[in-house]
Amino acid sequence: MGVTGNPTSINQGTRTKGGIGESTLRPDGILKVTGEFAYSSDMWHEDMLWGHTLRSTVAHAEIVSIDTSEALATSGVYAVLTYDDLPSTVKNYGLEIQDTPVLAHGKVRHHGEPVALVAADHPETARRAAAKIRIDYRELPVITDEASATAPDAILVHEGRDDHHAGHVPHPNIVHRQPIVRGDADAAAARADVVVSGEYVFGMQDQAFLGPESGLAVPAEDGGVDLYVATQWLHSDLRQIAPVLGLPEDKVRMTLSGVGGAFGGREDLSMQIHACLLALRTGKPVKIVYNRFESFFGHVHRHPAKLWYEHGATRDGKLTHMKCRIVLDGGAYASASPAVVGNASSLSVGPYVIDDVDIEAVALYTNNPPCGAMRGFGAVQACFAYEAQMDRLAAELGMDPVEFRQLNAMEQGTLLPTGQVVDSPAPVAELLRRVKARPLPPERQWEVAGEQADVRALPGGLSNTTHGEGVVRGIGYAVGLKNVGFSEGFDDYSTARVRMEVIAGEPVATVHTAMAEVGQGGVTVHAQIARTELGVAQVTIHPADTRVGSAGSTSASRQTYVTGGAVKHSCEAVREKVLEMGRRKFGTYHPAWATAELLLEGGKVVTDGGEVLADLVDVLEDEAVDIELEWRHRPTEAFDLRTGQGNGHVQYSFAAHRAVVEVDTELGLVKVIELACAQDVGKALNPLSVVGQIQGGTIQGMGIAVMEEIVVDPRTAKVRNPSFTDYLLPTILDTPTIPVDVLELADEHAPYGLRGVGEAPTLSSTPAVLAAIRNATGLELNRTPVRPEHLTGT
Amino acid sequence: MRVNFTVNGRRHEADDVWEGESLLYVLRERMGLPGSKNACEQGECGSCTVRLDGVPVCSCLVAAGQVEGREVVTVEGLADFAAHRSEQHPGSGCASGACGTALDRARRWEAGPAGEERRDTGELSPIQQAFIDAGAVQCGFCTPGLLVAADELLERNPEPSDADIREALSGNLCRCTGYEKILDAVRLAAARAEETV
Repeated sequence: MGVTGNPTSINQGTRTKGGIGESTLRPDGILKVTGEFAYSSDMWHEDMLWGHTLRSTVAHAEIVSIDTSEALATSGVYAVLTYDDLPSTVKNYGLEIQDTPVLAHGKVRHHGEPVALVAADHPETARRAAAKIRIDYRELPVITDEASATAPDAILVHEGRDDHHAGHVPHPNIVHRQPIVRGDADAAAARADVVVSGEYVFGMQDQAFLGPESGLAVPAEDGGVDLYVATQWLHSDLRQIAPVLGLPEDKVRMTLSGVGGAFGGREDLSMQIHACLLALRTGKPVKIVYNRFESFFGHVHRHPAKLWYEHGATRDGKLTHMKCRIVLDGGAYASASPAVVGNASSLSVGPYVIDDVDIEAVALYTNNPPCGAMRGFGAVQACFAYEAQMDRLAAELGMDPVEFRQLNAMEQGTLLPTGQVVDSPAPVAELLRRVKARPLPPERQWEVAGEQADVRALPGGLSNTTHGEGVVRGIGYAVGLKNVGFSEGFDDYSTARVRMEVIAGEPVATVHTAMAEVGQGGVTVHAQIARTELGVAQVTIHPADTRVGSAGSTSASRQTYVTGGAVKHSCEAVREKVLEMGRRKFGTYHPAWATAELLLEGGKVVTDGGEVLADLVDVLEDEAVDIELEWRHRPTEAFDLRTGQGNGHVQYSFAAHRAVVEVDTELGLVKVIELACAQDVGKALNPLSVVGQIQGGTIQGMGIAVMEEIVVDPRTAKVRNPSFTDYLLPTILDTPTIPVDVLELADEHAPYGLRGVGEAPTLSSTPAVLAAIRNATGLELNRTPVRPEHLTGT
Repeated sequence: MRVNFTVNGRRHEADDVWEGESLLYVLRERMGLPGSKNACEQGECGSCTVRLDGVPVCSCLVAAGQVEGREVVTVEGLADFAAHRSEQHPGSGCASGACGTALDRARRWEAGPAGEERRDTGELSPIQQAFIDAGAVQCGFCTPGLLVAADELLERNPEPSDADIREALSGNLCRCTGYEKILDAVRLAAARAEETV
């Protein structure tokens, strides 16, 4: 018996055209509402075992000894693995720097680091056996911040670094440093009538995708393994998994299972290698499913940051200069830290014109939890700080905060601090105008008929803490700048295989990519693109796996652009081939075959004037056209390591928010009433999905503004709140209405003129909420998230 | 131990159940019903919500042994459950007196052409169809629990106000949508029910 829950092809039929620009519905929607959609935690195999990971209980320690004998002797246990059991000479993995041990060797560097693995016939047996493994730790002092990381006698988190950043960093506990210098910030500062400087703190946010890290590894007869997992990038996983298993890549066959959200937290490996190791060792299929507690330790988080900013402006409101220093805590392993540094530095100026800048961003190695990718990726932390600065400057100048921003807003043609020209529409001022022009929600909106207070609309909600007493409204604005796609010279390509054939008398297209559908709706859009380009009603989306070339990551707002671009490109090649076949068969019957611009529409070959030349069924007959091609966007360049100059980014994405909050000033409770967003998306391939992305991103930004934070004990570097009981996520009662205004100003460099959507709304949401709380309370609030004690001073 | 109970109208029996296993585990791993989801397994996220003798519960917090002889409805049985209810109580009105979502407001959702088929054939419950049409499904991991909870809300309050919807669904976390389209979906299902009365 094979794997159950193995994804089957999604056949999206439609009676109408369903091409790009329409809000076609998700092809996986029915499976998802009936409970049939197979997520990675739903995999099941006859005779499968359950894997469990034993993790370190301390943040920084030498491992003196590990005793697995009692665990191994437990009834129902099939294997217990430690570092000594690893089968290959390659013992580490990592996205960019291979610094992460598959299992700890000699030392643990953060709380929750994997030390040993157990496979057993029941998950509880595996857990209990793991608890019987005795590990003797000799604890080391913990490095938790910049001061302890760069102190003269600081222990090196990673000794003997030889990665490609090791040579240019000022200290081995700094992963990467990126300065950007343009103009002369000191000289420009002399022209400033007003100078504002501040220090800002950004807390550690968790992606908190709901589908836990999980999957199933099935050993194969050829000595390889078939792996069913939830990830953001199959081929990146494969590149890291195969070497530590000691297998060639073609013996590790990966299939994407249903992914329950990602938001950056699935860029790094979690249980992939562990499940394969146990499966290969026991010869049995092994399933691993993290519970929520383990999930908090099983993936990287958003970098917490400290940011110092100085801005100057002239009396008439023009920005003169900006200096900033951004310190990101990368935790114990590098993950995506170098790229986050690149983003934080190059986007630190925000969507503003400032010619004279002096910028530095660094990421630290510490013993805190590893941090890496999360929606907004380095740009989020900077936006929180520079937008606070904009409000303070406007206040110093006695100007309206929106007008001040508009006066300095970047536009098409603006030169960024990296020297790169923004060469597509940049409607920053317009986005701000739109959110400001929107009518405000009514005052005392919590009052229902008869002037009764509906506590559900008040701060404190169902706790019934106020009926309006002590509640003050505030309004705040923010706008942000995010890059789209992988930057700094990365070969950011994607691959699409498109097949066209006649099935049951109808032309059908099949789209096969390795794109990770994580909920964003890429599968919907791929079908729309195929319909638009190939004129067919029926499009089958093949399950994503490693039998087709890499699609790159479902990250950086890039998949509709890059894999969408690849699908379009391969469809165009298929169309050319089909037209060639048509010319061969029917060319002599009509001169238009040779002279006119031909399209595929409604299952037919038509001229651009709409005249039907042939039915696709007759052109194809029993032949199939099947083409797999790679597609690339414009190349980018690395940033110069001293000056930060370089055309490092592919595309930019802009969103603006207006937040309306009501604060119970006595208890320090905040209710966000409305978070209005305006965003330029270039071209909305699926308007329904675009709005869904913007609303979802907006609420993740709100979460880090008022509730979400992983709290790490500064004395022990241990995580204090690894649960949904103590890590607070916004519920439907906490969230505001989110009106969305979508602009479509085409970027001529991108497929269909589209602009990556997913991340930009996460940037400006947080500072808009903070600005609104400041507006309501008059407090400075240089830290996010804001907690009640920050508002009450108690 | 052996546990017997009814799931979605059918008698099920599970053998060799360890006493510590939750209803969620037994449904997912022993009965082949993985529709109820395992996002937190600590009663905080609502993704495992099922009806136990009609009452919405987090199945991760219910010990399997407690369900002996009782009736469970999961997302897999929601369409049949809703169809059966509709036959038993056609056109049930507003039960709570707190009816408030205007039809035109509920209609603000946009929807495309696909996904209509099952609505015609009745294979989906109204709330399931509304989630698809309103764009309330992204990754979908929260969806089964939200559907069970929203269906139960509409059963006892066919015309909920927005505040009623927010209160009823406040035990179900969603990380993708920001909840706006989930509100749209519940409004839509309520409005469609009103239309058919």
